[in-house]
Amino acid sequence: MDFVGKRKIWYVISVLFIITGILFLGVRGLNLGIDFRGGSLIEFGFEEIITLDEFREVLAQVDLDEEGTVVQPSEQEEIFGILLRTRALTPEESESLTIALRDEFGAVEQLRAETVWPTIGEELTWRAILALVVASLFIIIYLSFRFEPKYAVAALLATLHDALIVIGFFALVFREINTPFVAGLLTIIGYSINDSIVIFDRIRENKKFKRYKNYHELINASIIANLPRSINTSLTTLLCVTAIFLFGGVTIKTFMLTLLVGFIAGTYSSIFIASPFLVTIEEKIPFLRGKEV
Amino acid sequence: MGWKQKQILKGVLVIFVIAISVVSFWHSGINLGLDLAGGTHVVLEAQDTGTREVDARTMAALNRIIERRVNQLGLSEPRIQRSGDRRLIVELPAVDDPDRAIQVIGRTAQLTFRDTDDNILMTGEHLVDARSEYDQMYRNPVINFQLDSTGAQRFAQITQAMLGEPMQIYLDDEWLYTGTVESVIRDRGQIRGFGSLEEAEEIAMLLREGALPVPLSIEESRTVGPTLGQVSIDQSLRAGALGLLLVGVAMISLYRLPGIIATVTLGIYGMLVVGLLAGLQAVLTLPGIAGLILSIGMAVDANIIIFERIKEELRFGKTLRASVESGFRRAMTAIIDANITTLITALVLAYFTVGTVRGFAVTLIIGIFASMFCALIITRILIDFAYDWKVLKGGHNFVGARR
Repeated sequence: MDFVGKRKIWYVISVLFIITGILFLGVRGLNLGIDFRGGSLIEFGFEEIITLDEFREVLAQVDLDEEGTVVQPSEQEEIFGILLRTRALTPEESESLTIALRDEFGAVEQLRAETVWPTIGEELTWRAILALVVASLFIIIYLSFRFEPKYAVAALLATLHDALIVIGFFALVFREINTPFVAGLLTIIGYSINDSIVIFDRIRENKKFKRYKNYHELINASIIANLPRSINTSLTTLLCVTAIFLFGGVTIKTFMLTLLVGFIAGTYSSIFIASPFLVTIEEKIPFLRGKEV
Repeated sequence: MGWKQKQILKGVLVIFVIAISVVSFWHSGINLGLDLAGGTHVVLEAQDTGTREVDARTMAALNRIIERRVNQLGLSEPRIQRSGDRRLIVELPAVDDPDRAIQVIGRTAQLTFRDTDDNILMTGEHLVDARSEYDQMYRNPVINFQLDSTGAQRFAQITQAMLGEPMQIYLDDEWLYTGTVESVIRDRGQIRGFGSLEEAEEIAMLLREGALPVPLSIEESRTVGPTLGQVSIDQSLRAGALGLLLVGVAMISLYRLPGIIATVTLGIYGMLVVGLLAGLQAVLTLPGIAGLILSIGMAVDANIIIFERIKEELRFGKTLRASVESGFRRAMTAIIDANITTLITALVLAYFTVGTVRGFAVTLIIGIFASMFCALIITRILIDFAYDWKVLKGGHNFVGARR
């Protein structure tokens, strides 16, 4: 099997996926939840089933039935719940709503209530991005030291690839994202680098044998030698993540979906992008080439 | 050291790790984050005022007053921590009425005495005590307050000048009461006009514990009710058990006997992580579980890398003992490089971020250490045991390794 020889095909496939994602990202953007945008999300649990209209009537009583307010049934399994999304409510407003609901429907529990003011949401995003930039720098330094600079570039490229695929996927399905998505994205970045390094390690080892005609062959042989591990690891993790996604409950669904898409992209990129890209660097990007071969 | 002593030493090490973990968990338990256990998490930010800029002393004062208020609310195990230069994070375990608690905690609670033209005559800074009571004569809830000597002197002057005139009392921007000054008041006074004794008690508490030096704004508040907290714990446990079970099934069907060893290692990994979380008093949140999942993935991957390497060595025709030896050695560099890179990311994240993302990073760091230890040491010991006890008999135990 010649993975490296067909690398242009793999690149095109990836670029198509990423462009599709970016198109959706540009046209519709991401469905940002309150962690990024600010706002309130309150989930009320009721003892008996009430209609959304009944709920809205109470909202109107306390002057909170404003434009942009969304009322929908919640996804809880054993409790009847209603989910309310509004602008960021003050504790006074939220308290008066709870009191009004209790007057109307008896026992009402705030299952969860989250209020985020826009400033802190923005801060979260920027801090995470800053941290990733700094982490990337350290990774480049470490990988350049343990391998060579071009390996660091290829590993980060594959990581960027996976992150873009996942972000594009969430733009496409327009699923609401909050901090669990950020945690998922970070997990994928970790997984992706891990995946690339295992193949790079094999390349580093095979290089010593000097039994390959050229760089192309060395990389290809290393990918093939590593295939059983790639397949078995992917099978095991995907089986596990898919099962948790399907049966693990609502709380972690978004997180698990992020992992599912990211792990698939990560396995693909470590085999079809990161390693073949080393050959591309060798042939097309002389200043990154280094001393090898 | 003889073969036998080495064996015993390895066995002792494995049992020691398990025992320490169990004892640590049994002793301290795991701190569950509010998203799992239920409770309220509030981020408050100190605001500059015209007269006072927020500095370390302001923050210390805020911290102290908020802590006293939380204690006065009778909440068990509150956690208050500074975050950055001007933020406080207050975490309250399950409260009956979180909205109320947030309002009480975050309120500036500056008491002012004003004339009819809204000129501020005096503030509540000289208050030394405030108690809510039922007024003897009218059976209304009131607050009786007491002033220190400086305050008493000033208040006497003010009330002297205002005899027969109305005086207004405000808490922040909220009008509480207007009364006519009937006599000169020195160190003891009364505020009337409360709707209920609870309301009077709440305000009396705020007055007693003092006003905040600067106002606070609420940046973020998250409450998870007790019902949903329990649901989250149940679901996470179910997800975790399901995940580990499936990983075990997959590993055993892919690798048979070594797969069983990997599964036992994962079990020990699980105990070790729980023990470390308990011992370090780390707080486990949902994003924290994400960090653990990544480290489990890496632990599984490490085992797969090792087994595949051993199989390769067997295909070269080496003996089982030699294959295990060199398989481990060759797998080592990949495992270490991969883990260190992830560790770098986790450390940077833990340093730069706060809250949820930090929770992810911290458990990931713990998980990486546990997973490296398990993959490189525990798996090795267990494989050696299996070999020594003739359970692992030869190359045929590694599926697909036969030539």
